Amino acid sequence: MLIDIILIVVAAVLIGVYVSWRAGRLDRLHARVDAARAALDAALVRRSSVALELAACGLLDPATSLLLAGAAHDARAAGEPTELAESDLTRALRAVLSQPDFRASLDGGPGAEEILAELEAAAHQVFLARKFYNDVVAATQAARRRWLARALGLAGGAPMPEFFEIDDSLVVGDGGGRGSDMPHLTS
Amino acid sequence: MRVGIVCPYTWDVPGGVQQHIRDLAEALIGLGHEVSVISPADDDTPLPPYVVPAGRAVPVPYNGSVARLAFGFRSASRVRRWIKEGGFDVLHVHEPAAPSLSLLACWVADGPIVATVHTATPRSRFMHAAYPALQTALEKITGRIAVSEAARTTLVEHMGGDAVLIPNGVTVSRYEKAAPLPGWPGDGGALGFLGRMDEPRKGLDVLLRAFAELGPARPGLRLLLAGPGDVEEILGKVPAPLRSRVILLGQVTEEDKARVYHSVDVFCAPNTGGESFGIVLAEAMAAGAPIVASDLDAFREVLRGGQAGELFETGDPAALARAAARLLDDPERRAALSAAAAEAVRAYDWPVVARDVVRVYEAVVAAYGQVGAVR
Repeated sequence: MLIDIILIVVAAVLIGVYVSWRAGRLDRLHARVDAARAALDAALVRRSSVALELAACGLLDPATSLLLAGAAHDARAAGEPTELAESDLTRALRAVLSQPDFRASLDGGPGAEEILAELEAAAHQVFLARKFYNDVVAATQAARRRWLARALGLAGGAPMPEFFEIDDSLVVGDGGGRGSDMPHLTS
Repeated sequence: MRVGIVCPYTWDVPGGVQQHIRDLAEALIGLGHEVSVISPADDDTPLPPYVVPAGRAVPVPYNGSVARLAFGFRSASRVRRWIKEGGFDVLHVHEPAAPSLSLLACWVADGPIVATVHTATPRSRFMHAAYPALQTALEKITGRIAVSEAARTTLVEHMGGDAVLIPNGVTVSRYEKAAPLPGWPGDGGALGFLGRMDEPRKGLDVLLRAFAELGPARPGLRLLLAGPGDVEEILGKVPAPLRSRVILLGQVTEEDKARVYHSVDVFCAPNTGGESFGIVLAEAMAAGAPIVASDLDAFREVLRGGQAGELFETGDPAALARAAARLLDDPERRAALSAAAAEAVRAYDWPVVARDVVRVYEAVVAAYGQVGAVR
């Protein structure tokens, strides 16, 4: 009799420990999603700032300048980054950078090399940040789909995190943005 | 005069700006001017003799949709060469605030420049303030033309200064003569409509309800509808016994458009608002169609207060039915309206409109005095 009670108590404690460990893990995953999202947003903001800088640098023709400025402005106007506006910015950047002799046309312009290098770095940062964010979103979604998490509502009121899917490749001919591991600028 | 016209959008893609430029160029040539148009186009696109291709336009997201635009140093140097070889007295750019060929032309050119603004671009304030290159280019424009009051208002707000209002024209000769579609208008009478059927402001619903009133008492009466729209949805709004008498053509070609106007006894423009000029109305007038139109300000003006076409209370199907019935029963009145419409539309004929544009050219050239041609 006493043995039974002890067993039940031990089982209850073990279950409790397990459940709170699962809940804690979910909590940590959600915290990582938030952090990864903040890093992604920062990378996107940096990319659009560099795009604006390129638009305003005075080395481009006004049409290219206007096109870039419009796309960068739209990416920022939404408040928090949206998939559509960020993909549009990628496409605008790709259209501008893939012009024949684009680099040559900027040749000798003050600061041209620096801005292009910064743009390349910013685009790569977006690529990496998005990859890390989507990875942790995938892990979190999988954890939340397990029966225990669903049955006990371990996630609480936290919204289900969603993937951030954009076209972020500046390489011409790689519209999907998922085929290449290293986005780089064409020259 | 030697006139260089810059088209910002791909020549072979249908669009209002392209059509405007084509009609203007041909009207100017008809008036004895020398005209060269530069436009984005593939080098192997068949082009009219007065159009010079500026190379392929690149599809790129702009203003919430994907537009095909020509930008970059290559396009700029092609425009520069065209200007240098053209020796133009005046340069006429269209939609200079779009990131394409017209803006590049302003950038590379000096001399008398006229710009026509077609659409309201609410973002230009931000763009204009932010970018010196844009400002430098747009400041070179001497004379500005707006095609509508709305375009003029935004232009004035965003760029300062003022603009001359010269509305779109209609090439009357293109619609004047055309053979009716086979079997039309027929003995029982025919009503017609042309325009986007899924756009509520074009007022097709008003016309369908009027037809439902007229149809039962007039067994031979038919309704001819041309323009894009969902067939099932439209027929669903017509009482079942009348459905076989509603004929939908879908989107029609330029040639068939002219034939549609000639295929009906009464052409209906039941628009419920939002029409600044009514190009369809002007085309129907050019074809000499007897017209029943909504009593909108713009329509009343074009139809000379009702002399060149019957006006009915906007949005009222019963009023439309009464006006259409009166005309169907009165061939003499129809003939009188037809003649009056053909007469009234002369004011909007492209050769007439083009003369107004030439006056702007002359004023701009005069403002440049001895400085001379575009370079």
